[in-house]
Amino acid sequence: MALAAARVADPVAARSQMGFSLAWHIILACFGVGFPGLVIFAEWRGLRTGDAAYRLLARRWAKVLGVLFAVGAVSGTILSVELGVLWSGLMTNYGQVIGLPFAIEGIAFFIEAIFLGIYLYGWDRLPPKVHLLSGLPIFAAGLASAFFVVCANAWMNTPTGFTVSHGRITHVDPWAAMFNPATGPETAHMILAALMVTGFGVASVYAVAMLRGRRDRYHRLGLLIPLTGAAILTPVQIVVGDWAARMVATYQPTKLAAMEGLASTTKGAPEALFGYFSGGRLHDALHIPDGLSLLARLNPHAAIQGLDAVPASDRPPLVTLVHLSFDLMVSIGFGLLALGAWLAWSWWRGREVPRTAWFLRAVGVSGIAAVAAMELGWITTEVGRQPWIVYRVLRVANAVNPEPGIQYGFYAVVAIYAVLTVITIAVLRRLATTGQPT
Amino acid sequence: MSLANALAAVMWIGVTCYALFGGADFGAGFWDLVAGGARRGAAQRRLIEHSIGPVWEANHVWLIFVLVVMWTGFPALFGAVSSTLWIPLTLAAFGVIVRGSAFAFRKTVTATWQQRSFGAAFAASSVITPFFLGATAGAVAARRVPPGIGAGRPVASWWNPVSVMTGVLAVVVCAYLAAVYLTADARRSGDASLVAQFRGRALGAGVAAGAVAAAGLLFLHADAAALYHGLLHRGLPLVIISAAAGVVSLALLFRSYFRTARLTAALAVTAVLWAWAAAQYPDLLGPGLTIGGAAANRSVLVATLVSLGVGAVLLVPSLSWLYILFQRPSQSRPPPAA
Repeated sequence: MALAAARVADPVAARSQMGFSLAWHIILACFGVGFPGLVIFAEWRGLRTGDAAYRLLARRWAKVLGVLFAVGAVSGTILSVELGVLWSGLMTNYGQVIGLPFAIEGIAFFIEAIFLGIYLYGWDRLPPKVHLLSGLPIFAAGLASAFFVVCANAWMNTPTGFTVSHGRITHVDPWAAMFNPATGPETAHMILAALMVTGFGVASVYAVAMLRGRRDRYHRLGLLIPLTGAAILTPVQIVVGDWAARMVATYQPTKLAAMEGLASTTKGAPEALFGYFSGGRLHDALHIPDGLSLLARLNPHAAIQGLDAVPASDRPPLVTLVHLSFDLMVSIGFGLLALGAWLAWSWWRGREVPRTAWFLRAVGVSGIAAVAAMELGWITTEVGRQPWIVYRVLRVANAVNPEPGIQYGFYAVVAIYAVLTVITIAVLRRLATTGQPT
Repeated sequence: MSLANALAAVMWIGVTCYALFGGADFGAGFWDLVAGGARRGAAQRRLIEHSIGPVWEANHVWLIFVLVVMWTGFPALFGAVSSTLWIPLTLAAFGVIVRGSAFAFRKTVTATWQQRSFGAAFAASSVITPFFLGATAGAVAARRVPPGIGAGRPVASWWNPVSVMTGVLAVVVCAYLAAVYLTADARRSGDASLVAQFRGRALGAGVAAGAVAAAGLLFLHADAAALYHGLLHRGLPLVIISAAAGVVSLALLFRSYFRTARLTAALAVTAVLWAWAAAQYPDLLGPGLTIGGAAANRSVLVATLVSLGVGAVLLVPSLSWLYILFQRPSQSRPPPAA
């Protein structure tokens, strides 16, 4: 099949719409991946112990899951439509290369939706043990969905599995495209992020309630279960993040240069913290000598490729955004690690959640912090890949739908999602305040 | 059968399932819209909520399935359709968002005005979405989408008599399927007045669907000659099956054989979709893009068919369990009020 050439168009509106709807959906998607695990854990403990607090948590979390999953499912649907409506050039030419993980994800999403229906509406129709088991496929398929979707994004970063000759795609190996070099670290990083967003996010709701004086067993469990899970995963995430960054160093050196604000190729490159990039160099950053070479190559004298290694037209335009997003994400990650360590220390000392209000305040903020870190990570990887939609294969400007008027779609998306955000938050607050144990 | 034809058939099975299951969910929203005031329509709305609540998310996945199979197996078709028809597709996607969210939200609120607002959003978007999806299909059927990226006219491609007619037909067919299914559900719930209401609606919508489809043939004759010719030649047996199944469904509804009427109603809709497919086979977009010409490389077709085959082993029993579970009366108590 010959590669179809789209008329080159301004991709800013399309990029804004895609970025906005993805950034919105990904929060719901995280809960879709992580929350089923929490719900079935609480239901399982409730069945095992007969403890009313667990049973109540399971019931109430299931209701919240129902809302989050529904909104997540439909906000995910528009993304598949947008892939065609906005990125016709990408999908026409490379849809077949990247389609397989999406097709498998479709199956996984089917399983999620089917068992979610059975689980949410089956409390009174199924024996308790069968009901509990009917929740497991939701969790498993959610993890699988996340894996397969991120496979597709990983391919955009490190495209493999196809041959182009004379302007035609002559050979496709869809399995090689799916299992590309970025697949391992990127999927692991995102799945852990989803579980952490869920864990810290749910715990933060109960932390706020406890700050308001509700310190019964129900609230303590509501805080402790998700927080423990998230705290255990945080150090794992930091190791996986390091793996992902070294993958970027190997396969996307220009992105790494943007993440670090490294203007020119340097031997013994310093690790630059914060600052801003302007006029071709980084200003006001803290430098740790040889730090970047050591982190990226495990060798203090290793050469790290700078932005100047590629022509200006192949460099990401928003270096400051990429650099600061990356640094902030890492900072938040270490902040969450400290929070987990605080919990672990207190638990080891006296089998108790730290009693100080400062701990609850920190947990209360951790949910938003985890979401922020996850979004900042996506900004890093997506903005850092610019100007490419498929790294060194297809430019964003050549992938976009050239039809006029696309920007109106973006305005409408912003308007609809603004309303949806307000209502979703109101509904979740309502679910959080009705039916409290008295 | 070539691999490309096999995957095209799989995609069309997805379209059929989306029409039969997802379509009925849209149609249920249509009946929610016209159920009347908050008190008068309460029983109908409760039945609708009870019927589609457990299954609509699974039914909705068929749409994603179709999109994914299309861009994997026939990327040139997906690129051409979604670039030229970006306006109706974007509006349909907005409808999907509003409908799903509003339906989920409505269950969580108790104040009448809130239920009414979410209900209105759910119901209105249940009409808007099938209209724009139907218009999209009509644009393809009427050959208004040329191959290539953004090669067609962004408005005239779908805002023309044939496409608007298919949009209306989609809305009416969804309403018809929903009314037939809901009549059987109403009988299982044991509410005779609900049965009578939905039976009347099913009969009315069935007649309307037949009328729009027949009128549609005249539109096609005037404006989509290739499809018209195909429907009256290669597609003719299926057109006849559809018409016959439609008439039999009306008779069964009239005689109150509701469960059998479900099957014949579904058959009527299935036969129309496959008649369309037969009529324009092997063209995907006319003129110039055939199934073979748009198909992905062989390796992709094999991998996709194998994956979907393995997936079907998981999906078919799961879906069957879902439908059977909620077609049985609940052991404990009646469905909670919305």
